[in-house]
Parts: sequence; C-alpha cells; structure tokens
Amino acid sequence: MSLLEHSLIAGGLLGALAGGAAALVWIERRLLGIWQDRYGPNRVWPLGVGQIFADMIKILTKEDWIPPFADRGVFVLAPCIAMAVALLAFAVVPLGPTLHVAADWNVGLLYFLAISSLGVYAVLLGGWASRSKYALLGAVRASAQTITYEVFMGLSLMGVVALAGSFALSDIVEAQRGLWFAVPQALGLVIFLIAGLAETHRLPLDLPEAEHELTGGYHTEYSGGKFGMFFVGEYVGVILISGLITTLFFGGWLAPFGLPEAPLLWFSLKTGLFIGVFVLLRASLPRPRYDQLMGFGWKVLLPLTLANVAVTGAIIVAGAA
Amino acid sequence: MTAAVAAAPSASLIEALRARCAGQELVEERTADGMPTLWVPAGALRGLMRWLKAEASPRFEMLYDLYAVDERQRSRRAPGLPAADFSVVYQLLSVRGNADLRLKVALRGEYPHCPSLCEVWANASWYEREAWDLFGVVFDDHPHLVRIMMPRTWEGHPLRKDHPARATEFERFQLDEARAQREQEALRIDPEEWGMSPQGEDHDYMILNLGPNHPSVHGVFRVMLQLDGEEIVEAVPDIGYHHRGAEKMGERQSWHSYIPYTDRVDYLGGVMNNLPYVMALERLAGIEVPPRAQTIRVMLCEFFRITSHLLFYGTFVQDVGAMSPIFYMFVDRQKAYDVIEAICGFRMHPAWFRIGGVAHDLPRGWQQLVRDFVDWMPRRLDDYEKMALKNRMLQKRAIGVGAYDTATALEWGVTGPGLRATGCDFDLRKARPYSGYQHFDFEVPTATGGDVYDRCVVRVEEMRQSLRIIRQCLEHMPEGDYKARHPLTTPPIKDHTMRDIDTLIHHFLSVSWGPVMPAGESSAMVEATKGLNSYTLSSDGGTMSYRTRIRTPSFPHLQMIPAISRGLMVPDLIAIIASIDFVMADVDR
Repeated sequence: MSLLEHSLIAGGLLGALAGGAAALVWIERRLLGIWQDRYGPNRVWPLGVGQIFADMIKILTKEDWIPPFADRGVFVLAPCIAMAVALLAFAVVPLGPTLHVAADWNVGLLYFLAISSLGVYAVLLGGWASRSKYALLGAVRASAQTITYEVFMGLSLMGVVALAGSFALSDIVEAQRGLWFAVPQALGLVIFLIAGLAETHRLPLDLPEAEHELTGGYHTEYSGGKFGMFFVGEYVGVILISGLITTLFFGGWLAPFGLPEAPLLWFSLKTGLFIGVFVLLRASLPRPRYDQLMGFGWKVLLPLTLANVAVTGAIIVAGAA
Repeated sequence: MTAAVAAAPSASLIEALRARCAGQELVEERTADGMPTLWVPAGALRGLMRWLKAEASPRFEMLYDLYAVDERQRSRRAPGLPAADFSVVYQLLSVRGNADLRLKVALRGEYPHCPSLCEVWANASWYEREAWDLFGVVFDDHPHLVRIMMPRTWEGHPLRKDHPARATEFERFQLDEARAQREQEALRIDPEEWGMSPQGEDHDYMILNLGPNHPSVHGVFRVMLQLDGEEIVEAVPDIGYHHRGAEKMGERQSWHSYIPYTDRVDYLGGVMNNLPYVMALERLAGIEVPPRAQTIRVMLCEFFRITSHLLFYGTFVQDVGAMSPIFYMFVDRQKAYDVIEAICGFRMHPAWFRIGGVAHDLPRGWQQLVRDFVDWMPRRLDDYEKMALKNRMLQKRAIGVGAYDTATALEWGVTGPGLRATGCDFDLRKARPYSGYQHFDFEVPTATGGDVYDRCVVRVEEMRQSLRIIRQCLEHMPEGDYKARHPLTTPPIKDHTMRDIDTLIHHFLSVSWGPVMPAGESSAMVEATKGLNSYTLSSDGGTMSYRTRIRTPSFPHLQMIPAISRGLMVPDLIAIIASIDFVMADVDR
C-alpha cells in the first residue's frame, strides 16, 4: 500500500471515529431511553439525530475553565492523552482485509495493550492536576483499577494468540474462518469484556467517575472542550473495545453463516452490536464497591485467566502431539 | 375522640416520679391529647430521665422529642403551672410499653440554663443544639453547643416571640462584597472543632466535604468526612441548609391556612403531613371525624406512602449505581399521582385534608382509577424485586452495611422502617390505631439484620401492605359526610347562613379570621412515610397557634450517620444515606 493510501485510510478512520463517538452519545441516549421506558433525545431533526450536532456545538462552545488552583500544563495535557490514546490504538484494528492502518503488524496486539495502558496517565494526571479532592480520589481509584485489570486483560487474549499463532490482528481474523474464537475462548471473551469495561470506565465499572460517590471523579473540574475530549476519548474507547471483541472473538470483517462478503458492513454491524451490549450493561447493572472490584479482579478473574491460558496451551500441545 | 392515644397515663408511674423527687413539686398539666404531662424542676431532670430510661415501668427507651417554648407572651396559661419565661419540653416514648410521657421544665431569665441530657440519650445533642439555636436556651454540659439550623453569622434566636418573622420587619437584605465574604468564611469548616484531625501519627488524613451540593445527599446536606484513603475515620453531618422556619410560620398563619405548609415539610409525603396536624387540632377542638372522611384519609395516606417509598426505592438503587429502575418507578409514581390528582386536584402538595375531614368528596369514577392502580402495581413490584433486590451486586453493596440493632435505634430515636428493619415491629398504625386503621387487615413487615438491605426490603414489603389497605378502602368505603358537622371545621358549614343571623356571623368570622381554637395543648402522632411524625400545637385561644412543634423522623435519623458509618468506605456511606430515606425539608423544617 502506498503512503497516500495509508494516509487516506488513517484520515478517514480518524474522522469516522470522531463522528462515531459523537453519534454514540445520541445512540446511547436513545437506547437508554428505549430500555428505560422514556423517549431520549427525539426532538432535533428526525429521530433526534440533530442532537449529535447540538451536543457538539454545546460542548465545544461552553466556557472552558481552568481552575486557578490547578496545575495548568498537566491539566490541559490529560484530556489530550485520553483522546490520543484511544485513537492511536485503533491503528491495528482491521476494518476489512485491506482497510486498516497497521493490522498486519506482527506485534499488533501487544501494541494495543501497550497503548491502552497509557490511558491511565490521562486519568491519573487529570485527577492529580485538578488539585481537587474528588478528582484525586477518582484518580487513585483509576490507577488501582487499571493496574488490576491491565494484568489479565493481556492474559485473557493469550488464548486467542495461541490459537491463531500470531499477534497480528489480520492473521487472527483469518484464523477464524472456520470457527469464531468466541467458541473455544468463551472464557477469554467474558474476561476481556469485563476488563474492557474497567478500561473504558463504563458503568458498572465506572468507579473512577462514580458520580454518586465522587460527583465526577477525575473529571470533576473539567468543562467545555477539555471535558469533551475526555468524553470523546471514553466513547472512542467503547468503539475500540467493541471493535476488538469483534476482531478477536467474532471473526472481525468475516461474513457470518456463509453470507456474502462485505467486510466493512459486517465489521460495523458486529461492532455496533457490542456497543449496544455496553449500553445495555450500563442500563442494567449496579456498581460494585471499589474494594469488591479489586478483590474480584485479583482473586477470581486473574486465576481464571491463568487457567484459561494453561488449558488452551495444553489442548494445543495435545492436538499437535 | 375516635383516634386512640397512648396507653392511659399510668398513675403508678406518676406516683413513682413524685416519690423520686421528694420535697420538690411535680405539677401535672392537663392536655387535650391526654398524654401524661408533668412539670419537673430542672435540678431533678437528669436523675429522673436516667431512671425513666433504665428502671421505670414501662421503661422509656426513646427520647422522642425535645423542644423549647417561649412562654413570655402567653395570655392564657393554665393556673397552677410554674412561672416560666421559657420551657423545655421532653417527650419520651416507650416502645415496649407503648406509652408516652411529656416532661416540662420551667426556666427563668433571658438566657436560661437547663441541664443537658447528652449523657443520657445520644440523640439529645442535636435537639438541644436546635433549642439553643432557635430559642437561646443554654444547655449546661452540652459537649458542643453551637448553632445547627441558622448560619453562624445569624444574630438572635429566631423562634423567640420577640424575633421578627416577616421580611418587612427586618432591615433590607443586601449582599455586598464584604458580607458575601463574611458568609463564605463562616462556612469554612475547622476539622479540629468537630474532633477531626487532618494529621495522623504517621500519615495525613483527607478532610472531605461531602455536600452541601452532592449528587447523593438528596438535597442540601453536608457530611464532613475524615478519610484514611477511602475509609471513613470520622463523619460529621451538618444540617440547616433547608431551614425555612416552618414552626415559626405556624405562629403567623391561621389554623386553617397553615395546612399547605405542612405538605411541604416531608415534601414526598403529601397529605400524610396534613394528617397529624389536623388530628392534633381535632383533638384540641373535640371534633369527631366521620368514618368516610377517615377512610378517605387512610387511602390517600397509603397512596403517598407508596409514592414516597417508590422514590426511595429508585434513588437507593440508583445510588448504588444502577441507573434504570428509577425510571420505571417514576412511571409507577406517575400512575399513583394520576389517581391522587383526580381525587385532590394536585399531585405532590394537595393540602387536601381539612380540620374535621377532607376538602371534597371523592370524585365520580374514583373506584376504577384506584382499582386500576392496585391491579397494576403488584406485578411491577415483582419485576423490581428481580431487577434490584435479587441482584447479587446490589446485595453485596447492601447486606451487612450500616447495620444497627434495636437498642441502638431506640437510643438514637430511629422510628419507621429503619426501626422495623432491626426486628422491632413498632408500627403506630397497629400499636395505636388512628383514623380507623384498626379496621384494616394488614401486616407490619419487619426484618432482622438492621442493615441497608433490610431497610429496603421492609419498605418494599410496606408498599405491598399499603396496596392491601387501599384495596380494602376501595371495597369498604363507608357512606356519609366527608367532613364533620362542627362549627370549628374549615371551611365552616354554610347550610343555615342565609336563614339565621347567628350562624351568618360565625360563618363570616370563621371564614375571614379563621376558627378560634380553645386554649390548650394537643399533639398527634402518625406513622408517616419515613417514621413517626407528630405535631404538637399550643393554642392560646386565638386564631393562630402559639407554638407549633413539628417532630419529624428524618431529623434524628441523620444524627446517627456517624455512629453507623465509621470504618466503612465512601460508597458505603452513600448506600447508608440512601437507605435512611430522608428529605431535607423534613430534617430542617
């Protein structure tokens, strides 16, 4: 592929993600509306689609206030990290056999794990630089949560890697032509989903924000555009995790059930479905307590993940022998 | 009187009290509510109270209420009572003996002194601070006698008779830069003052101000926290941000026109708030409420119990992080409000009860509306049980958190579902049936754990019982008047006004000035949505109250937050706050 093609795909992807994240605000509110016996935003334009633009205009034109007590430089840097990290990780996600930035990269999955763990800096620095107590508590929660869930987020994917024999995401997709990894790696899928929730701070694992406890958590002091960047970062994170679940466990752009090939369409549909799952989880579950979440991570999920890797490895070795 | 009051004053108890303060005189006062009322000397107070709490028969476990009265402008004081500039009134409740006792202490002087009861009852502290704040009564040996309702910068004691009540009697209020600065400074907390220390032995603590504006404090309420990480070392609740002087307004409104104010005390309780007020007045005036009016009152009260509990249910589940159930519950609440609106013409604050009855008869077709609701609701409650109460994550957040036993609850003055969750089945509707509750078949739900979860379970079960009561109202609504035929009811009877000049005069005066209540004192207690709510009204024989005391359940409930949240984490505190189910207007009045 030429440099021009790469740039076009990258540019297109960036645009699509930013737009997608903005649209997701509306989609989420409409979906929540349906599940909660109410309308959601349905006034602006047909189906309320115009809400996307209204929201964007609102959030970008609001007073962007930096508290006088905050550490200015770091305060501004934190939301930039949040958004950049979420966008950068997308480089390795294949939207189709050729439609990707670096999906054939042989360390693709490792790259994703490395980049996504940078995300904690955004939260940590944002909370720290705000010099506000709620923000600090949120930042502390975020770092503890991310460290806990980082560990087995990576490990939960090792089964997939072992089955595919590659870290490159395009190879992983190709390896699922016969059977989606969701079947042999069901446990890995569940664990990755939980870790993904923790990683994107989505309810029920939104403890760093936990509005009922910490008002807004790490972003309590943020407003306007900078808050918008955290916001978009979170939604891009949701798209990213959904896209990865699709890629790693549900055959990525491959067509299901022998239906005609249409890579981008299938990828988008599957990803959209998992985004819906994220919203549904938010609509239906309460939030665990911080220490319960830690305990669950270290005492339940980590051993399960290790067992999953061991069993998968044993089966592969047994099969080869 | 149809409404039953506390068990008859036991003569032996009064004799025993007399014997205990030999040489000093105990004066018995007759009140319209029939509650044994004794004036005791201040010196003997603490000893008597200790005895009443620990040894008397029956034992009075709970300091139910404590308030002051400015006696200086009374014109019709019963003869024989000790001379007083101020009096402090203690109302004790014996849950086991199902009895009440009211003790009064006469005080003289501009800033009279009274012994503090903080070492006898834990919940005396806030009540005494309130009496100091609003009346200027000094409680000796109180550990921290500071203002509780009014801002620190306030001058004077607003519930005194000589303190102005209207804006026009004050200087014009101006908030200039300097004053704003001063008020801001006064809001700053000094942790040391509250026994919190930011410095530990080897590490510092975080002092966190949770509130007055916070998503989970249900109004304007502040809890100052001393945190070790996220663990609560010390918590200090701070109230008063919602104080509107409801008791003072009672002294400025006619007996009738005060009814709408009561609606707004526990603003989720609607007409439930009217009930103790009008019942106290009916006792004072000797009005017999017709059975139909009583049954209508019961039905409406139970409707409001359901709407209030539904809001509790939704916000509780929301505060532990589940966002959806509250929306479903608001739909149901709206259905209940549709019925309430059809009957009362208003939703949240109908102000619909009247002295002697209710404002109107039930509208045509009310049966169908009520039936639709009682048929609809049980299935929804089943759904919520699956959605919320049976959710493992919610159970993990709630079971065993913020638990207390019956003795602790009584010590702190906890009533209502918070008390019944500890296994004590004290429900005033059963213990002392009022407004005809004795005719209804229902159960008093209890639980045993006394934790956050059990408080929720009890309320959910109460909603089912309320539905049962409403169904019985529907099926057995008596015929007859919806308001008593008594000259002191409002609006007064108009039947003969155009034929009889005497009736016309009385009607005219009763409408223009409002009814004149006979001098005396009366109180009424109800099992409100959040616990025991009572109004104590003193009449000096006028068109307005001399003193209106509103005892609300939420006030003591908040006071016990520190006792049950030490050593827990911030999210637990949020769950505890949600499980208490309070309304700040009900706390501050």
